[in-house]
Amino acid sequence: MAASSEQAPDLPNVYLLRHVAKDMLVHLLESVQGKKDLVLGPNLMRPLDRIAGAKLLREHGVDKIFKLEANMDIKGCDQRIYLVHPTMFNVKLIADQVNQEKTKAQQGLRKKLVCKIIFTPRKLHVCDKVLEEEGVFGDVVTDEFKLDLIPIDQDILSLELPEYFRDFFLEESQMWQHTVASSLNGIQQLFGPIPCFYALGKGAKMVQQMFEKMPSYGLGHWSKSITGMESEIGHVFLIDRSVDYVTPLCSQVTYEGLLDEVFGIQSGCIEFGHEVSGRDQPVKLMLTSQDEIFEEIRNRHFTNVFSFLSGKAKEVQSGYDKRHQLESVRDMKDFVANDLKDLKQQHKSLALFIGASEVIMSRKTKGIDFEELLRVEYNMLEGVSRTESINYIEERLNRQFNCLQTLRLLCLLSLTQDGIPPKEYKSLKTQFLHAEGYDWMLTFHNLKKLGLLKEQADQHSYKSIGGSKGGKGAKMAVPSFGSLTWKSSFQTASKSLKLIPKDTENLDLRFPTDMSYVFGGAYTPLSCKLVEQILNKCSFEDVDPVLKTLSIPRFSMMPASARFKADPNKYLRVVLVYFLGGCTYSEITALRFLGKVKGYKFIIATTSIITGARLLDQVTEVTPK
Amino acid sequence: MALATADWNPLGEVFYRKTELYQMEWMQDLYKYNVATAPYGGPIALIQDESKLVAKVQGNIKPTVYIYSAAGREITRFTWNSGHVIQLGWSNTEDLLCVQDDGGVLVYDIFGNFKRTFSLGTEVKDTKVLEVKIFQTANTTGIAVLTSTYRIFVCNNIEDPRVRRLAEVPGLQAPPSSWAIINQDRQTRALVAKENELFLLDHGGQYQQQTVDVSIPVESFIEMSVSFNNKYLALFTNTGLLWIGSADLQKVYCEFNTKSAVRPTQLCWCGTGSIVSYWAELNLLLMVGPSKDWVKYSYDTPVTLVQEIDGLRIIGNDTHEFLQRVPPVVEEIFKIGSMAPGAMLYEASREFGKGSQRADEYIRMIKDKLDLAVEQCIEGAGYEYEPKSQKALLRAASFGKCFLTDVRPETFVNMCQMLRVLNAVRDYTVGLPLTYTQLQSLTLPVLIDRLVVRRHYPLAVRICQYLKIPEADGASRIMAHWACYKVEQTGVEDEAIARSISQKLGDTPGVSYSEIANKALDVGRPELATRLLDYEPRAAEQVPLLMKMKKEQLALSKAIESGDTDLMYMVILNLKEKMSLGDFYMTIRNMPVAHALYLQYCRQENLKNLQDLYYQEDNFQEEGDCRVKECYTEERLESRIDCLMAAMECYNKARNEWAAKVTEEQVKLLKYQRKMEEELNKPYLNLSLHRTMYQLVKENNHKLAETLKKEFKVPDRRFWWLKIRALAEAGDWMELDRFSKTKKSPIGYEPFIEVCMENHNRFEATKYLTRVAPENKVKCHVRVGQLKEAAEIAFQQRNEEELNFVLSKCGPMHKDVVTQITGMKSQLGAKR
Repeated sequence: MAASSEQAPDLPNVYLLRHVAKDMLVHLLESVQGKKDLVLGPNLMRPLDRIAGAKLLREHGVDKIFKLEANMDIKGCDQRIYLVHPTMFNVKLIADQVNQEKTKAQQGLRKKLVCKIIFTPRKLHVCDKVLEEEGVFGDVVTDEFKLDLIPIDQDILSLELPEYFRDFFLEESQMWQHTVASSLNGIQQLFGPIPCFYALGKGAKMVQQMFEKMPSYGLGHWSKSITGMESEIGHVFLIDRSVDYVTPLCSQVTYEGLLDEVFGIQSGCIEFGHEVSGRDQPVKLMLTSQDEIFEEIRNRHFTNVFSFLSGKAKEVQSGYDKRHQLESVRDMKDFVANDLKDLKQQHKSLALFIGASEVIMSRKTKGIDFEELLRVEYNMLEGVSRTESINYIEERLNRQFNCLQTLRLLCLLSLTQDGIPPKEYKSLKTQFLHAEGYDWMLTFHNLKKLGLLKEQADQHSYKSIGGSKGGKGAKMAVPSFGSLTWKSSFQTASKSLKLIPKDTENLDLRFPTDMSYVFGGAYTPLSCKLVEQILNKCSFEDVDPVLKTLSIPRFSMMPASARFKADPNKYLRVVLVYFLGGCTYSEITALRFLGKVKGYKFIIATTSIITGARLLDQVTEVTPK
Repeated sequence: MALATADWNPLGEVFYRKTELYQMEWMQDLYKYNVATAPYGGPIALIQDESKLVAKVQGNIKPTVYIYSAAGREITRFTWNSGHVIQLGWSNTEDLLCVQDDGGVLVYDIFGNFKRTFSLGTEVKDTKVLEVKIFQTANTTGIAVLTSTYRIFVCNNIEDPRVRRLAEVPGLQAPPSSWAIINQDRQTRALVAKENELFLLDHGGQYQQQTVDVSIPVESFIEMSVSFNNKYLALFTNTGLLWIGSADLQKVYCEFNTKSAVRPTQLCWCGTGSIVSYWAELNLLLMVGPSKDWVKYSYDTPVTLVQEIDGLRIIGNDTHEFLQRVPPVVEEIFKIGSMAPGAMLYEASREFGKGSQRADEYIRMIKDKLDLAVEQCIEGAGYEYEPKSQKALLRAASFGKCFLTDVRPETFVNMCQMLRVLNAVRDYTVGLPLTYTQLQSLTLPVLIDRLVVRRHYPLAVRICQYLKIPEADGASRIMAHWACYKVEQTGVEDEAIARSISQKLGDTPGVSYSEIANKALDVGRPELATRLLDYEPRAAEQVPLLMKMKKEQLALSKAIESGDTDLMYMVILNLKEKMSLGDFYMTIRNMPVAHALYLQYCRQENLKNLQDLYYQEDNFQEEGDCRVKECYTEERLESRIDCLMAAMECYNKARNEWAAKVTEEQVKLLKYQRKMEEELNKPYLNLSLHRTMYQLVKENNHKLAETLKKEFKVPDRRFWWLKIRALAEAGDWMELDRFSKTKKSPIGYEPFIEVCMENHNRFEATKYLTRVAPENKVKCHVRVGQLKEAAEIAFQQRNEEELNFVLSKCGPMHKDVVTQITGMKSQLGAKR
C-alpha cells in the first residue's frame, strides 16, 4: 500500500448534526403539551431512529407511534403529531384522517383532536393548499422540522430521500435542490466555511448557485457567524448521479455492498431474518464503524471475508478458552468483567456476519452463475463480446430471472455502448414486455428520458459498419477493438482515465493497490476516479477532456491559489463528497480506500444510499394490480 | 447637598420623597377633563368631561381629544367624531384605547392616527356600558366593562379580542358600590362589592362570596384599589375606613379611619408600601402606610394620580411630580447620622473634593466594607433623578474603587450607561420620566420601541449605537421603522423617498425592504413599493408582496430566479386560480422550470389535467403515457381497452411505432386473456404473455399456448425454455420427453437437465445426458452428480481444465474419484 507522506487528519464529528436535529425535534414535540401520538410518514421510521430513540420520544410525551397509511383508524389519545415529507399524497391521507376524526367528534364519539403536522425537511406552500382544499386547514397546526443530513456512520451522511433521483432527474422538479443547498449550509455552520467547491453536473451546479445565495437568508446572521469559524472541511464535491450511471449499475462485490444488495441496509441498520440468525424474530443490527468486526470486513472484497471471519472465530474461541487457564479469583473476575462481555458481543456479530455470508453465497450461486453475470458485466465495461452479452440477457428473460437485474444489465449495455443498435433495442424491449408484462412499457419511456436505455444513434452504427468489412452480417458480429474506428463515449472516457486496469495478473484482492478492487479489479468507479483526478491538481485540468466527452457541465469555486497553496492546514485534506441522486456502498468503499492511500479523509454525503436495483426501482412505473 | 433629605417625609419607619419631574408645558385645567395616563412615564390623554361641560355649555359640541407627553408637550389633538366615550386608556404598546358606551373600542396610535376598532360584542352593545376598567396583565392589556344590566364583560387581550361574560352577582339590583379587576396567576377575576358583601367572579362563570376581616361593621365598600403588582388591595368604606390587605383578602395589614364620608376621587397605591387617596373637592392627598402612619399633602389645583411599579406620579396643572418611598440604599447613604459604608464613602469623597485630610479618616473607618460602600454608591446613583446627585454618588463610587484592588468594573460602567440613557429620555423634549427600577421592569428593547413609537428615531439609533446593540436588532430595525414612517409622508415624491431611504439604509443587515414596501402599498403607493422592492435581496420576501401587487409575472420570474420551489409553487397555484386555463398554460409554457413544477403538481393532484396539458402542447408521447396510466386505474376491461386504444392513437401521432405496436399487442393479449378466462374459468388477466403461456402449458393446454406463440411471434428459443420449465414444474415428465423429441432443441439439451434438477428429478435428467453437446457434457454430468463419468469424458476429451473442474466438485465421500482423476492427470501430463 502506498504510504502517504502526510498524516491524515481527523474526521470532523458529524454526529453533531444528530444533536442539532435532536434538539429541534424535542422542541417540536414539546410544542404540543402532554401526551400525544406520533404518526410517521413512510420512510421516516428508520431515519428518525438515528436521531432519537423510543426512550427520548417517550420522555417528551409520545404515547404511541404509528405509520401513516391509507384507510387506517388510529385509536390513540386526543393529541396527535404527524411527521411527514411534504408531498401531496401524504397531506391528503392526513386530511382524510382529520376529517374522519372531525365527524367522530361531531357525533360526540370522541374528543376533538388536537392535530399538528410537521413537515420535514421543510414546509411547502402546496401542502397548505391541499389542506385548504380538503377543508381541514383550520383544524391543524403546521410546522417544519429541518431534518436534512442524518449521520449514518462517522463518515456517511444521508438525506434519506430516495425520491430525489426520480423527482430531479426524471421529472425535472427542483423540489429537493433547496434541501440539498440548505443542508450544505448547515454543514458550513457546524464545520466552518469550505474553501474549495467543485460541482459536476447540472443539478450540482444548480445547488451550488442556490447555496451561494443562501447566506443572505436569515437576515445575514449566518454569513457573519461563520466567517470567524475555523474550517474543518477543505473541499466539497457535488456530483450528479447522472455523471456516472455505470458504477451503480454494476454488481457490487464488497461485503457491505453485497449486504445492501441482498438484505437491504436502511439508514445504516440491517435486519436479518431466520435464514441468517436462525431465530424466529428478525434481528436488527447497526452497521457502523463502532462494530469492530464489521469495520474490518465492510470494505473487503467478498472473497476475502470468509477467511477473515473464520480466523476471527478461532480467535474468539481461544478467548473463551482462556477461562480454563484462569488461576486466581482475581483473574476470573477480570475475565468476566472485561473480556467476556467483548467476547460475547463479538461472538454475536460474528455469528450474524458468517450467517449473512452464507446466505449471500447461496443466493448468488443459485440459477445462472454469479461469476457469469460478473463476466458479462465486465465484458460490457470493456466493450467486448456484445453478442454474447445480448444472448445472456435474452436467456435471463427466457428463464424469468429477477427482472430488475435484467433491466440493470440492459441499461449497462446501453450506457457502455452509447445505446443499443435499433434492431436489438426494439427486440430486447419487446421480449422484455412479453416476459414481464406490457406495463413495463412506461418504464422504458422513463429510462429513455433519463438516457439510461436508448437507441444507438445512426451515425454510430454506420461508422462501426464502415470500419468493419461487410454488409449486414457485420452488424451482428462481435465488434472487437481493432475493427472499430468508433468508440462509445464511455469507452473513450474509460480509456483516458484508465478505468479498466491493464495489469490483472498481479491482482491480489487481499492487498489492493487500486480503487478498482471494489469491482474485483475489473473497473474503477468513474465517480471516484474523477474525484481523485480533480483533487490531485485542485482543478478540472486533467479531467476536462473527459467531462467534455461525457458532456458533463462543471463548476468550481476556489480561493486565490497562492494563499491556498501556502495554507498548511490539515482541514484541506478533509473532503466532503456529496452525491445528488444517491451513491452505492462500493463507491463509499472506494473513496475510503483512496483516502487511506493518499492521506485524505472523506465524508460522503448523499441523498440516499442506493443499489442498482433500487435506482431502477425509483423510475419504474408501478401499476396497481 | 446637605439638603438631600429636605424633601423626605417620614412614614413610620421609612421615608417618602416627592420629586418634581417636569414643569408642565401645557396651559390646561385638569378640572375640565377626563384624564388617562399610561404607566412607565407614558403619555397623557385628555378629553372634555361631558358631565362638567353640559353643565356649562348647552348644545352638542364635539369634544376634543388631546394627547400630551409626560412633560405636558402637546403631541396631537383631534376632534372626537364617534360615539359617546366612557373611558380613555392606554395599552401596553402605548396605543390610545377609547371605549364607547356601545362597547366599541377605537384604537389610536400616540399621534392620534386611527389604527383599528373592535367591539365587545352585541350583548354589551345592547345593554350599554356604565363603567370601564382598563388593566394590564403579564404582557397584554385588557378591558373590563360593567353594563347597565350590572354584568361584567372582560376582554383579556385587546390584540385578540375575545370577550367573556363573568358570573352574575346574586341579587344585584343597583350598580355595584365598587369593583376592580385582579389579575393573578394568569387568571383575571373581578372583585365586586355589593354594599358590604364582596364577590369574586372568575372566568369560568363561577362566583365566590368573600369574607373580609374588618374590625367594625361595614355598610358599604365604596372604593377599592389593586396595587401595581396585583398583590395588595385597599378598600374604602362609606364611613371613611381604609382597609389595607392582600389581594386574596386573607391578610389584613392595617385599618385606618380617614373620618371622611366622601368618596375619594382617586384611591391609588404608591408602589407597594402605602396607599394614597385623593379628594378633588378638598384638594387633599392623604398617604397611609401599613402601620397607620400618615402624611398629608395639599394642592391648589386638581391633580391626577398614576400608579407606577415603584411609586406614584402626581400630575397637576403646573407640575408633574413623583412620589416614592426613599429606596433603602439611598436612605442609608443620606439619612442624617447614617454610619452605613455608603454614607461614609460619600462623605469621604466630599471631603476629598474639598482637599481635606478627613477623607482619609472616613476611608479608614470603612476599610473592610469598602466594596459594599462602592456598591451602595453605585446603586444609590441609579435611584437619583437629578444628574447632579447622580454624579456626586458616582464620583464617590469611583473614589472608593481606587482603594480596592479587584473590583469588576461592569456594574459601575453599566450604571453610568443606564443613567446616560435615562437622563436622555427624561429630557423634557422627549418626556419619558422613567426611574431605574421602571426601566429594568420595562426592559431596554421596549424603551427603544417606545422611542420609535414617539418618532424619536435619531435618539433611539444613538442609544443603540451607544449601547452597542447588534445592528439587526437595534439601529437597522429603527431605521426600517423610520422608512415606514417616511413612506407615509404623502407630500413627498416617490422618487425622493425611495432615494432617501436607500441612502440611509443601504444594505444594512436586518433591514427588510419588503416590510417597508408593504407599508408603501398599504398607504396606496404601489409605484414606491415596486421601487423599494428592488432593494430587497430575499426572494422569499419579495415574491408574496409582488403577488399582492398583482405583478404575478414578475413574481414568477423572481421566484424562479431564487430556485426555491416553494415560492414557485406559491406563484403558480396563485396564477392558476386567477387566470383562465388557456392563458395559464401559455404563461407557464415559456418558463421550463415552472412548467416542470406544474407537471409534477398535476402528476400528484390530477392525471386528467396533466393529460389536457400534454394535449394542448401536442406532446403525444406523454399524452399516450398518461392514457396508459389511466388504463391501470380503470376497473372494467372495456374501459381499459378504450384507454389503450386512445394511447395507441397518441403513439401513432407521436410516430413512436414501437410503442403503438406493443400497445396494440397488449390489447390483443387482454382480449385473449378474457376469452380464455370465460372458456377455461381460470384467471389469466394481468399476467404477462410469458406467464400466460407458462400457465397454459402447466395446465396442459398446449394448443392454446401454441396459438399465442404464433400470434405474438414468440421465438422458438423462448418458447422452448418456457415450455420445458413449465412442464418440469408441473412434473409432466412424459410430455417433456415427448416434447424433446418433436424436433431438434433450439436451446440444446442442457436446459432439460437443468429444469429436471431444479425440480429434483435426477432420474429424468440423466435421460438427456446423451443428447448434450460434447463441450458441455462434463458440466452436465457434474450437474446430475455423475462425477466419475464426468471425469472419464473429460479424460477422453483430454481436457485438463475440465478435469480440474470435476476435481473441485469432489467432496470427502468421492475419494475414489479423486484418486482416479489424479491418475488421469498424470497420464495426460505424461503423454504431453
